[in-house]
Amino acid sequence: MIHTKNLVKKFGAFTAVDDINLDIAKGEIFGFLGANGAGKTTAIRMIIGLVLPTSGQIIVDNLDISKGSEKVKHKIGYMSQKFSLYPDLKAIENLEFYSGIYQIPFRQAMKNIQPIIEQFGLQDILKNRTEDLPMGYKQRLSLVAALVHDPPLVFLDEPTSGVDPQARREFWQVINDLAYAGKSVIVSTHFMDEAEYCHRVIIMQDGREVALGNPAELKATHDSANMQELFLKVLGEDHAKSE
Amino acid sequence: MPNLNRIKAISEKEVFHILRDSRTLAIIFILPLLQLIIFGYAMNMEIRQVPLVVDDHALNSSSRALVDAFIQTDYFRLVPKGPGVLDPGELFKQRVAQATLSIPKGFNQDDFTAQLKIDASDPNSAQMIQSYATGIVNTWSAKAGVGIALSPLILYNPDMKSSFFFVPGLIALILVMICALLTSISISREKEMGTMEQILVSPVTATEILLGKVLPYIFLGLMDALLILAVGMLLFQVPFRGEFAVFLGFTFLYVLTSLCLGLLVSTMAKTQQGAMMTALGMTLLPTLLLSGYMFPIPSMPPILRRITYIIPARYYLQIIRGIMLKGNSVQHLYQAGLSLVTMSVVMLVIAARRFKLRLS
Ligand SMILES: Nc1ncnc2c1ncn2[C@@H]1O[C@H](COP(=O)(O)OP(=O)(O)O)[C@@H](O)[C@H]1O
Ligand SMILES: [Mg+2]
Repeated sequence: MIHTKNLVKKFGAFTAVDDINLDIAKGEIFGFLGANGAGKTTAIRMIIGLVLPTSGQIIVDNLDISKGSEKVKHKIGYMSQKFSLYPDLKAIENLEFYSGIYQIPFRQAMKNIQPIIEQFGLQDILKNRTEDLPMGYKQRLSLVAALVHDPPLVFLDEPTSGVDPQARREFWQVINDLAYAGKSVIVSTHFMDEAEYCHRVIIMQDGREVALGNPAELKATHDSANMQELFLKVLGEDHAKSE
Repeated sequence: MPNLNRIKAISEKEVFHILRDSRTLAIIFILPLLQLIIFGYAMNMEIRQVPLVVDDHALNSSSRALVDAFIQTDYFRLVPKGPGVLDPGELFKQRVAQATLSIPKGFNQDDFTAQLKIDASDPNSAQMIQSYATGIVNTWSAKAGVGIALSPLILYNPDMKSSFFFVPGLIALILVMICALLTSISISREKEMGTMEQILVSPVTATEILLGKVLPYIFLGLMDALLILAVGMLLFQVPFRGEFAVFLGFTFLYVLTSLCLGLLVSTMAKTQQGAMMTALGMTLLPTLLLSGYMFPIPSMPPILRRITYIIPARYYLQIIRGIMLKGNSVQHLYQAGLSLVTMSVVMLVIAARRFKLRLS
């Protein structure tokens, strides 16, 4: 579904994403891991066409994104890292707006997201103003809003930052269900333990790939008991290499 | 082709924002009224009750009629002449009078000559007093059967009320300011809040975003125009001699032009603050100075005169003065209307081109 080759993004002299090569399959949960500033957001923004790469190639659903193809946009669901629903709109009005700009009849959109609304327990807050919702519910609503058009490709940029453990568990349950239903879910996070829920992960540092693969296999090859240990090890090795 | 459903989705959302944001509502309804009242009274350059000393040596029916003509207006008030020879210089110095009228002994059917002296220490007032007096004398002489051509200044404004000129001008000024401000703020706010990012990943095109943003404000702009017109007519007794439908039609074009200007501004500004400054900068002074509102365009230096062609208010001022004061109809105004349409299209196209569907 998603294929990047030698993907590079420079902001002036600064390289935010450095030579990233990925292949993400249908139904796969793919994790972007790394500390703040590692380049996760920039990489995701390039893949969904929000930012043009400095060089390299991006193919999504057989279309070349770097050539500016707009045709895949309706296949992409995106939840940005910064909360970006309209605070002055009611929850349901936000959903209505997004179904409108994706040209999905609102009835159909509600049908698409009904299971997740129930899973998140959002039925009772749909009539509330978005700004009045607690953080955890705002994040849940953002995820739902990204899914109104039932996209086969779902990009979630740090969906679980700033929410309580209960919400995090619910999020990963939904992500699992989405992948099970055949969607590719691309998630970024700086929580290492969340890597365990991904089928495959890329660990990034300073825009570069320091590890790529299945979490269990990565742990085995780097002889680590858990993701935290793996993370420290690969970052250390990378550091040693680059010096 | 722009998609109507997506435009509708954006417009509907915009309506929610407008209805729920007291700041926007204040900009739409309170600001114009405040501006009208403040500008209205500050720019009301009318002078009333000018103290006038009359030295009537003729003392016949004609001279009395002339003096009456002066006194009957609101512009002059009679100050009794003291004993002795009239000394305008002294009267002016002591601020007893701002004008004196001397009517010689031989003032009758054969020789209507009288002398008006005006205190010109304030040249603006002096000029105005002169035109009031000219108007009064012309009217009087016309009544008395002495054919004197009316000057163009008083043709459409026989009372020479300056409000007849500044209220239409204020409608033009306030509309362009408010419309440009509202659209540019509404787009830059989405950039600032990050909600634009979420719209940009969707299949929405630049044209759809811009049109969706503009539509609700067309309606609001027209409401604003009616509000300012109604209050202007009530407060300043400005006449409305043309047809209402013509007013609505051409005002629609002007609102559209102003909104497109706002869209253009929004493609240049990243923050709401920046948008606000740019929108005000591109509308307030250019409209005041270069639209023909304060200074007549024909008397401008050639360079400035050329610049006036890109000031939307230049055309609208012509339109609205024509409709309100002269009762102009479409055939008198269509050229100015076409200019507005052209400007709208050009600005919309430039805005759509400049509008980036990616983050910078
Ligand atoms: N528009 C931009 N201009 C300049 N630098 C940027 C821009 N966007 C991101 N960066 C820089 O690129 C680096 C990677 O940022 P980002 O992709 O947001 O990282 P992450 O999402 O992993 O925290 C950071 O150092 C950030 O400051
Ligand atoms: Mg990030």
